[in-house]
Amino acid sequence: MFLRILAALPFIGILLGVPFVNRVEPLVLGMPFVLAWIVLWVILISIIMAIVYRFDPTNRQTAVDTEEARS
Amino acid sequence: MSSALVIIALFTAFALFLGLRAKRGHDMSLEQWTVGGRSFGTAFVFLLMAGEIYTTFTFLGGSGFAYGKGAPVYYILAYGSLAYILSYWMLPPIWRFAKAQRLISQPHFFSRKYDSPALGVLVALVGVAALIPYLVLQLKGLGIIVATTSYGVISSTSAVWIGAAVVTCYVIVSGVRGSAWNSVVKDTLILAIVLFLGIYLPIHYYGGLSDMFHTINAAKPGFLTFPAKGSSVAWFQSTVLLTALGFFMWPHTFGSVFTAKDERIFRRNAIVLPLYQLILLFVFFVGFAAVLKVPGLKGGDIDLSLFRLSLQTFDPWFVGVIGGAGVLTALVPGSMILNTASTLLANDVYRGMLKRDATDDSVKKLARILVPVVALVAVTFTLRGGETIVALLLMGYSFVTQLFPAMVCSLAPHNRATKQGAFCGILAGVAVVAVTTLMHISMGQLFPFLPDAAKDVNIGFVALALNIIVFVLVSAVTQPRASGQQPAHTQAH
Repeated sequence: MFLRILAALPFIGILLGVPFVNRVEPLVLGMPFVLAWIVLWVILISIIMAIVYRFDPTNRQTAVDTEEARS
Repeated sequence: MSSALVIIALFTAFALFLGLRAKRGHDMSLEQWTVGGRSFGTAFVFLLMAGEIYTTFTFLGGSGFAYGKGAPVYYILAYGSLAYILSYWMLPPIWRFAKAQRLISQPHFFSRKYDSPALGVLVALVGVAALIPYLVLQLKGLGIIVATTSYGVISSTSAVWIGAAVVTCYVIVSGVRGSAWNSVVKDTLILAIVLFLGIYLPIHYYGGLSDMFHTINAAKPGFLTFPAKGSSVAWFQSTVLLTALGFFMWPHTFGSVFTAKDERIFRRNAIVLPLYQLILLFVFFVGFAAVLKVPGLKGGDIDLSLFRLSLQTFDPWFVGVIGGAGVLTALVPGSMILNTASTLLANDVYRGMLKRDATDDSVKKLARILVPVVALVAVTFTLRGGETIVALLLMGYSFVTQLFPAMVCSLAPHNRATKQGAFCGILAGVAVVAVTTLMHISMGQLFPFLPDAAKDVNIGFVALALNIIVFVLVSAVTQPRASGQQPAHTQAH
């Protein structure tokens, strides 16, 4: 459950966040602020998915299955 | 003949060679031809899925949209990444079911899940209806590239014909394997070129990224943020959500899920694919760089901006390299789309509706015969149409997203939705998209009493809402008697 809430954050950040950051200044890394905001979330998505992957019990389960299938 | 053209011809020949060679060592059964024998590892599946990102849509459409519309282009960066989050939970069960049932196509999935061949046929038709504009936009891109880089020697009409012929050839011979190998070449090349252009052009013309955006902001205030009306924030939100849901509903993307050899591939890819999206930034930078340097492109011509700026900046040989990469971005996705569209028609419409007992072999033969037919239809539309690349893609997205509700419900352990519900829901949604697209109706015209923000909501969203309502209502009415004992609420998945 916790993992799914974590994965829902980017939807909130991008879909609901954009109206509040819809401006050009200050430029971040040379990009308009609203663009930088979206870029930030794309990077966060990658990090979040890495965390989800690490802690999702399903992956440990499948890992065992795959090894069993191989041996 | 310009050196640019020679280089592009070499690229095209090479793509054809790779596509033809890919079939070696594989007996081309129907399962091989369509889903690569379900044997692809992380890297290949990654590339097939990332293939969605680097088509002419991003290369020319992305830069063109940045050039012509400004901030609304940011949506392209957002929706794919959100779709990858969904993919983590959505794709593994789809893959498991597909493997267990030996499915080879998306309509196949629907017809098995709902036990209704008619639903399979409907899904196949929706898929083909969405794929044709997608193929048209690839061919359109191809025409632009060849016509521009040949400095006018080859007309875009003949370029479209040549390109369509090349794709047709190698799809007939090697099916999805041809696409996978060409993806490797295409992605490497396009990555290098997009990074180079996106970094070099802003520095060359403006002195740097910050300087470029400052200059644009001063020259065209409001261009870099979402406007109050039109492609506003409400448009962004509804479009991103709609396209994120539709992302994996494309028949060829859905089909590429079947090529994987195990389900963890999808979970792992969900981590890396969002970062891969960031390359799009550099495509945007090219489009923004063009804004003040090659002004004056209007309407459908905004898709030309990347090449106009390149022509003005580089020697012909380098324009040729960019063009060659551009040709690949049209050919590779084009071939996947063509492959999928003909498989849908042969396997799901022909076998699903007309001749239930057709053998795999005859389906495969028919699919191959249909390849040039589909290509021909797309060429016809390409030569007639005037829409921009992004407009074409958004229309396709509105179509395929209609499949989302029925697909998600079918993944639930106790699916309470019925085949009648799924059928009517999809039909209602698609009808709304078709009517509003053909008649160019927007939310504002449909509901003039709404506040401005609501008027900008993507019309595909209305279709989706209606789809869900019909889906739920019809499913409720058509519940089988026997399920009366089951708990009243739908099981969450």
